[in-house]
Amino acid sequence: MNVQFRASPDRATATSVKTAIADCDIHPARATKDELYPYLAKRWHRHLEVYDKHPYQGMMEGPPYPKAQPNASRRDAYPPEGGPQGSSLSFMQQQHLDPNHVVLGVLNPLNTGQGLRNHDLSGAICSAINDWQIDKWTSRDRRLKGSIVVANEDGLAAAAEIRKRAGDANFVQVLLLSRNVEPLGQRRYWPIYAAAEEAGLPVGVHAFGFGGNPITASGWPSFYIEEMVGHSQCQQSALASIVLEGVFERHPKLKMIMIEAGFGWAPSLSWRLDKCWQRLKSEVPHLKRPPSEVIAEHIWWTTQPMEDPERRDHLFDVIDWVGWDKLLFATDYPHWDYDEPSRVLPAGVSDANREAFYLNNARKLYGLA
Amino acid sequence: MVRHVIAAVDELPPGTRKFLTIGDRPIAVFNIKGEFFGLLNRCPHQGAALCEGPLIGLAQSSDPGQIDYTRLGEIIRCPWHGWEFDIRTGQSYCDPRRFRVRAYPVQVEPGASVVKGPYVAETLEVAVENDYVVIDL
Repeated sequence: MNVQFRASPDRATATSVKTAIADCDIHPARATKDELYPYLAKRWHRHLEVYDKHPYQGMMEGPPYPKAQPNASRRDAYPPEGGPQGSSLSFMQQQHLDPNHVVLGVLNPLNTGQGLRNHDLSGAICSAINDWQIDKWTSRDRRLKGSIVVANEDGLAAAAEIRKRAGDANFVQVLLLSRNVEPLGQRRYWPIYAAAEEAGLPVGVHAFGFGGNPITASGWPSFYIEEMVGHSQCQQSALASIVLEGVFERHPKLKMIMIEAGFGWAPSLSWRLDKCWQRLKSEVPHLKRPPSEVIAEHIWWTTQPMEDPERRDHLFDVIDWVGWDKLLFATDYPHWDYDEPSRVLPAGVSDANREAFYLNNARKLYGLA
Repeated sequence: MVRHVIAAVDELPPGTRKFLTIGDRPIAVFNIKGEFFGLLNRCPHQGAALCEGPLIGLAQSSDPGQIDYTRLGEIIRCPWHGWEFDIRTGQSYCDPRRFRVRAYPVQVEPGASVVKGPYVAETLEVAVENDYVVIDL
């Protein structure tokens, strides 16, 4: 018997699914705090040193970390050269992109300028993050595509940033977060949707963000686990607002992606919206179709954290409702609640649905077929 | 079962762990307060390298408001999703009905009784005076 000893765990050799996949939720990080400075005007370096960032949140840096794991990320994902998880392209390639056969990876930077009360600073950091995505990631690995992050509370500045990046093949979507100052369908955000539709880019809404509101509609919860569960409730409020405000009536070509908020709630939210709409549609006459139809046509869903009912037929029932053509596989690498590609889908899925789930839906949505 | 030499006892002091591969099975051996434990280094949940996680205690509650934190250092927490396993039995403390990690018996034997495989000889040469940690696999 061959017994091999190793000095440190070999973290990069785990094998996974055999076929090519798209990962529609990868979180790139900065190795150092000043990594963004080359992309920011000197004025903002000084500003950050003197005043730092102030999000719509009581605490300077938002909710405290660690969350379950250091930086809310896998403990085995620290790059060997140092820096936090997700901050090294070469290690991301070695640990995730290569062994998991990722042929399309969508970057969703979370720690950006979004949710800051100083809107000029918010826009400057977001624009810097967009340049940084090209320089550090997408220009060095063509599998990776960026998300245009924008000053979400300043619709006009956000729209200008989207128009600046329109047509740039480094980016495949606009990225918003679920927690904002107001529900996402409200008019302060409309310029974002107009610019995204004009640019032919889908808008992803990732769970998380800073809006100054508790994550629940009934106050601040005690536990992190309530925050994790609350993401899906928060996302439902955002989606209901988007549908009921008539965002898709105004922007019929706009596509949106619900990222990391689950999809098991999609049927029940739609049923309730439809039921209320039948009785109350005179209040929202701009909404001409049942909300369920609007959602079915305009919304895509990333899979992680994959719904995990005890009986797989319950999962398949939900997916049948949502649509096998509307799910986008995602791992959330390097975050701790990462979904391992080979473990998310139970047996009993047709080859066509499996390929759609893992790759083809994403290629089609992002126009990369 | 074949008996493999893992390390000389001195190489694996209390509080340390050693990672190795036997055949194609990734294994980790731990010294916890002088006792040795072996685990398959693969989480039964989604396949992470379980044994890279921190060793923690067991937080239990007999009644709301009553919390006991016991067995410090005897529970391993997966580096991905935080599933917790009893290092003595491989028992999961998240969902014991569904998940149990494979535990391997580990014991300390005198150097002379060690099975002499290809790599074992090398280890024997290094520390012939000492006792060895061996594993049945």
